Amino acid sequence: MALNTFHLPDVGEGLTEAEIVSWKVQPGAVVAVNDTIVEIETAKSLVELPSPFAGVVSALLVAEGDTVEVGTAIIAVEDAVPAPGEPTSGGPAAQAPAPEMPGELTTPPPVEPAAGPENGPLVGTGPKADAVRRRPRRAAGANTPEPEPAPAPPPAPAVPAALPAAGADGTGPAAGRPDPRPGPLNQLLNRVLAKPPVRKAARDLGINLADVPATGSSGEVTKQDLMSYQAQRDAEQDGADSFWDDRKKHGAGRIERIPVKGVRKATAKAMVQSAFSAPHVSIFVDVDASRTMEFVKRLKASRDFEGIKVSPLLILAKAVIWAAARNPSVNATWTDDEILVKHFMNLGIAAATPRGLMVPNIKDAQNLSLKELALALNDLAVTARAGKTQPAQMQGGTLTITNIGALGIDTGTPIINPGEVAIVAFGTIKQKPWVLDGEVIPRWITTLGGSFDHRVVDGDLSARFMADVASILEEPALLLD
Amino acid sequence: MSGTRLPAAEFESEEIALASAPPGPDGGPDMVQFLDPDGRLNDHPEFGGFSSGTGAERLKALYRDMYLIRRFDQEATALQRQGQLALWVPLTGQEAAQIGSGRALQAQDYVFPTYREHGVALTRGVRLSEMLRLFRGITNGGWDPRENNFHLYTLVLAAQALHAVGYAMGLQRDQAADPTLAPAASVAYFGDGASSEGDVHEAMVFAASFNAPVVFFCQNNHWAISVPSSVQTRVPLAQRAEGYGFPGIRVDGNDVVAVEAVTNWALEHARSGKGPVLIEAFTYRMSAHTTADDPTKYRLSREEEDWHPRDPLARLEKHLRTTGKAGDAFFDELTKEAKAMAVELRRDVQAMQPPGLEERFNTVYAEPHPLVQEELQAWRDYEAGFIGEEETS
Repeated sequence: MALNTFHLPDVGEGLTEAEIVSWKVQPGAVVAVNDTIVEIETAKSLVELPSPFAGVVSALLVAEGDTVEVGTAIIAVEDAVPAPGEPTSGGPAAQAPAPEMPGELTTPPPVEPAAGPENGPLVGTGPKADAVRRRPRRAAGANTPEPEPAPAPPPAPAVPAALPAAGADGTGPAAGRPDPRPGPLNQLLNRVLAKPPVRKAARDLGINLADVPATGSSGEVTKQDLMSYQAQRDAEQDGADSFWDDRKKHGAGRIERIPVKGVRKATAKAMVQSAFSAPHVSIFVDVDASRTMEFVKRLKASRDFEGIKVSPLLILAKAVIWAAARNPSVNATWTDDEILVKHFMNLGIAAATPRGLMVPNIKDAQNLSLKELALALNDLAVTARAGKTQPAQMQGGTLTITNIGALGIDTGTPIINPGEVAIVAFGTIKQKPWVLDGEVIPRWITTLGGSFDHRVVDGDLSARFMADVASILEEPALLLD
Repeated sequence: MSGTRLPAAEFESEEIALASAPPGPDGGPDMVQFLDPDGRLNDHPEFGGFSSGTGAERLKALYRDMYLIRRFDQEATALQRQGQLALWVPLTGQEAAQIGSGRALQAQDYVFPTYREHGVALTRGVRLSEMLRLFRGITNGGWDPRENNFHLYTLVLAAQALHAVGYAMGLQRDQAADPTLAPAASVAYFGDGASSEGDVHEAMVFAASFNAPVVFFCQNNHWAISVPSSVQTRVPLAQRAEGYGFPGIRVDGNDVVAVEAVTNWALEHARSGKGPVLIEAFTYRMSAHTTADDPTKYRLSREEEDWHPRDPLARLEKHLRTTGKAGDAFFDELTKEAKAMAVELRRDVQAMQPPGLEERFNTVYAEPHPLVQEELQAWRDYEAGFIGEEETS
């Protein structure tokens, strides 16, 4: 007639806790060995636990929905009354082992609680959750300084707990009261991905990896990226030392002549044509993009977007497509006697490439799902950076985004791509003080700049379009409309 | 505008279905089978002569082995769930592959298992409770491999294939030195997962080069933890043997009669100096990889249901009952026997105590060593310095 308590075991190699999902028995119920008594959920799976005892349930020690440490007593079962059980349902099992079970199983409940939360075994094999205690020593030298120190409390536990908590917290670091620490979320978002050899090379070269445009398939900075960045920097910096002195190189003159050709020539022509034929009106808006950052982070973590580079530019692209549908005149062409409003979106992305500025576009971007759009953006960027953009990919654009934020610039006045009437400049996203409900808190802020051809797009329309784009960056969930 | 295009659950199920499209329970026309899933026993033109018989007693014995080892598996799983074992590796679904091959062995043969060969251990006469000592975390081994010619469990898989080949080459040399020895072979057990590892390749190359008397017994249970066998290989695993230059046979791993016959043939082939054989036992891991695994996260219940009718125990039971080779009395008796075994197992496991630190000193060297003795004494003195009971753990 002993009272047995069952302690939560580690059912999966190194688990420290589990949630009690549902009890399959109630106090007073008769259980046999291996009858299912409870369903628990661990970090790995849902598991049904079989009873190690036969007898009558005397108490459930943990409520459903509670998460408890491995080693916590969860149920008490009283031995069956010594009526010789029939061989059915594990009767003999109950009788034979019960009296001689190892001590840990017959421990009366109130022995351990004090040691509770401090010391869940990291890799527990069973019910034994020993309190780590210093054993008292014999007084050897009478006054040996062995003062029976209280069990040294490891100061660790709070730290690991903080990390996931902050990460899971809805609106990130900015949400609640100001946090003195830099916030692990920020660190996560700011972290540049790169393989160790690339990191080392960057450190050796004194290059901040965050400055290097990444083209890796998971958004990581590749060796190639680092090398081309280095080559470009070298070209500029090496020149810097001798720039003012070295005249001989340029045929003894003081002026270096660079032939205008290729992309440079085309860019110049297009910009002049645009700037002097289309009357530009430019407007700017500051946007709290914290939710966009959150959304991007969630996408990165999701299975569907595994291996796909996801950046805030993706959300902006989606926002521009969405906003253009609500303000169709921005997606148009001026032809002096007609305005051609396009019912499709060939979304141009201005890209700095080895050959100069290129504006390839994503054809029929309005038909792409978020994932397809992400893939298209990746594809476009990789092709452009490799200098392999084909002319066809640059023709027929209807609206353009220029991602100047990638270069760390807040905003600027973009010049419209000829043949279009609107362009959006996406500034860098960084943490800035922001007033929310009368309190200054750090938020992820960006500036959107837009230039519009006033012949087609009037001030109020351009303002509405930009406000629509901004609203998506502030709340990407609006895309679900 | 495009709410339906945002990431949604439909993506996921599609991808899972794609990734794990199972090859299906049909092992193809070349698979050797005696006992079909409906319990009908057919002869096989090639391997029929190698079966140890399909009489009532023989089949009942095989069924008993399979039943007991499944009950053992269930009890061990329960013990793990109750915190008595740190981990358990279930074998449910693979009873026929293990019992059939194990019962084909002779005493002088030597087995190199993975960590899932509980059924083979039973046929070798290893005490089942002994096997649980490893999983309770109180020993590095658990049994004396020389006692039953059943090697310790290999935890880092694929290594055992090399051990088996080395042992087989040793057998060759023993045989050359003393021709009166009974011809023997070694058996390397491994799975579809390990088949992708380099060790298995090296083992097969060496086995072929030296014509070693070794049988590679691959239980293709279709899942290497969460990776389906369709990812491990484009051709039936048995076909790989051809590339090494020895025979490969795919056998229905859920048909204990066929497995036994094919293994008999393979062992005889190896023992008689004709070289290695690869057997692919086409079976299915009906349970989790280990108790720390949750298969619902990577495979569909539909697949599990596809395999259910091919359960190795169910088909033999069907056969025994429909042919009148065994009736209720046999099955009831067996249930009782299994229950008693489970009770005894539970008692044994709960009585197992972790070893004291003192034992560690004894196992540093095979023989007493002065330095270790000195350290042992120092440790004893240290322990004696504490107040209270002097226990050694």
